[in-house]
Amino acid sequence: MTETTRKTGVSRRTLLKGTAGLAGLAAGSGAITGFPYVKSADAKVLRYLGTAVNEGDDISKQCLKDTGIKIEYITATTDDVTKRVMTQPNSFDVLDTEYFSLKKLVPSGNILALDAKKIKEFDNITPVFTKGETPGGKKIGGQGTAPWKVLYLEGRDSKKFATSATEFVTLIPTVYNADTLGIRPDLIKRPISTWAELLNPEFKGKASILNIPSIGIMDAAMVVEASGKYKYADKGNMTKEEIDLTMKVMTEAKKAGQFRAFWKDFNESVNLMASGETVIQSMWSPAVTKVRSMGIPCTFQPLKEGYRSWASGFCVSKGVSGQKLEWAYEFVNWFLSGFAGAYLNRQGYYSAVLSTAKAHMEPYEWAYWMEGKPAEKDIKAPDGSLLEKAGAVRDGGSYEDRMGGVACWNAVMDENDYMVRKWNEFIAA
Amino acid sequence: MSEEVLQQATPGLLPGAGTARAAKPTRLSPSFISWLQAGPMMLVFLAFFLIPLVFVVIVSFWDYNEYQLLPALSGRGYTDTFEGCIAQLPDLCTIGKTYVMTLKLCFMVWAITLFIGFWVAYFLAFHVKSKTWQMGLSLLCTIPFWTSNVIRMIAWIPLLGRNGLVNSGLIKTGLINHPLEWLLFSEFSVVLALVHLFTFFMVVPIFNSMVRIDKSLIEAAYDAGASGFQTLVNVIIPLAKPGIVIGSIFVITIVMGDFITIGVMGGQQIAAAGKIIETRVNALQFPAAAANAVILLAITFLIITMMSRIVDIKKEL
Repeated sequence: MTETTRKTGVSRRTLLKGTAGLAGLAAGSGAITGFPYVKSADAKVLRYLGTAVNEGDDISKQCLKDTGIKIEYITATTDDVTKRVMTQPNSFDVLDTEYFSLKKLVPSGNILALDAKKIKEFDNITPVFTKGETPGGKKIGGQGTAPWKVLYLEGRDSKKFATSATEFVTLIPTVYNADTLGIRPDLIKRPISTWAELLNPEFKGKASILNIPSIGIMDAAMVVEASGKYKYADKGNMTKEEIDLTMKVMTEAKKAGQFRAFWKDFNESVNLMASGETVIQSMWSPAVTKVRSMGIPCTFQPLKEGYRSWASGFCVSKGVSGQKLEWAYEFVNWFLSGFAGAYLNRQGYYSAVLSTAKAHMEPYEWAYWMEGKPAEKDIKAPDGSLLEKAGAVRDGGSYEDRMGGVACWNAVMDENDYMVRKWNEFIAA
Repeated sequence: MSEEVLQQATPGLLPGAGTARAAKPTRLSPSFISWLQAGPMMLVFLAFFLIPLVFVVIVSFWDYNEYQLLPALSGRGYTDTFEGCIAQLPDLCTIGKTYVMTLKLCFMVWAITLFIGFWVAYFLAFHVKSKTWQMGLSLLCTIPFWTSNVIRMIAWIPLLGRNGLVNSGLIKTGLINHPLEWLLFSEFSVVLALVHLFTFFMVVPIFNSMVRIDKSLIEAAYDAGASGFQTLVNVIIPLAKPGIVIGSIFVITIVMGDFITIGVMGGQQIAAAGKIIETRVNALQFPAAAANAVILLAITFLIITMMSRIVDIKKEL
């Protein structure tokens, strides 16, 4: 249909749409004068399914201005995004999801890989994704579903991950970060340097982890390893025995009253920390920022065992083709062209293409967020609210230090089914 | 007796009282009219409850992998759920512990909402004379529903939290030295929140039963020399029984399936039957989730059957 539109200028459907639009305008003019309206009636709209991380209003507004593509956000939690892809693949066009869910999504055949050749900045994507190292050459820990393990498919319709680079990219990288424990330095009053502190009886009744099994167990594994109880071959792909052992350690801590509460969503984690119910817990970067912006001291504490990292990117629904696919490429290319990257960097996340984001940020902002230097001026959030006063240094320091310190990635294990059952047992204990 | 009660409440519903029907020009058979009246609700029930329920039961016997349902007969959803239930004896398995906890919470919430709800309804029905006041006061019971679930939950933290209003108040008055940890993220806070929410569901049906009680019966009891307590036990409670049972069914079915309130108020550390289902669904293990849903449904159904054994609602209505 879109083909005929381009050739003849008007098809039956667009004409109908156009006249309907005209009737609305009550112009009273004929189809000919209404012609320009026909064009705009066939608006470029993409339904964008994802978690709230990338979905800023500022991003969609800027995108509309630059490309004419109207983004309709469909926001859901990570789990619900996956569920929706499985059960309603035609309810979205562009999908923004995490790499670890690919192990479920790719075999389902409900998503389409994108063509690397059509992504202008693909060669400028940070080597974190393509090689598993930082731009400075630091090797990054690859336990769990590290993005470079699942970045390429063997063919366009293949369900197998390629071991070397191909042109078929499962997810075009957009945003990622290195997560660690958040602490209340004012209430702990001493340095914290290891994941093992989460189970330190000193913080009995004041600790928390997330109640999202696939992420929670990774944090638990970091704790178990840090306390010297066990060394995993791959924290992101445990054996049944390793799952048992990890859950046993956590269950004992739970029964001893170590945890105040488990949290499941962003706001819960902010509330627990801000109210002082917890003083040490697994946390996400923007949640720490939120607590701090309430005037409450909170540190995203770098730990010697390293960070647990996550990353997400774009692909499209299997139902997307033709003109719509072209818009999807246009949108992804726009997303990597700098504005969105700078926006994400300013929230404490990292953008996939560093060079374009840098061009959209002030030098002092780049120095604070990416180079770990003390802020020359006050640091503001994208909405203009004050995040840090001049002189502050980012927790964990520079991009090289933070991403270079990643130990493992969010993952879906082969024994996922068993792990979920054990997690339920842990909650019931 | 029961016919009398119904007639009082809804005149015109019983045969013989149908003055409205006689006025109708066209004659439709009474059974046709009944079908017409019940039809829409029946269709909604069929389409959105019974048919999905059949699917849930079917899917609960399917197999699954990481990303899809496998439509092959499999008891895996059930065997996984009862994993370790025999091996771990005398310790309880996960599902056993979960249901013990769910039933315990359910019983506590039921007992407390019944006690509070009964007296609120009693007050509304027998002490508040004006209809307007009765209406106004029962609307007050809906206040807990005026805000969203999430806001209501979060609002408990400043009240019951470690540095919350209650704790700081108690410390200031010198009653305690350290904040009470069990005020929040505990069974106490779960029961408190559930009672706060669901007492309303007890008040309405009990109140409804109580206003239908013929006042002359109470006068008769008084005249016959019954004490206030005797009147309560022998006249009011038996006549309010349908309301009590309906209210109880509301509260028990809601609490059995609740996992959001239990999750938020229990700090996600308290197991709930609904929570198991949610975790399974989120992991895309739909057959296992369906199996758990069937188990939950069976247990809830069992409780309701037992309750309706105690009081025959159909007869009482």
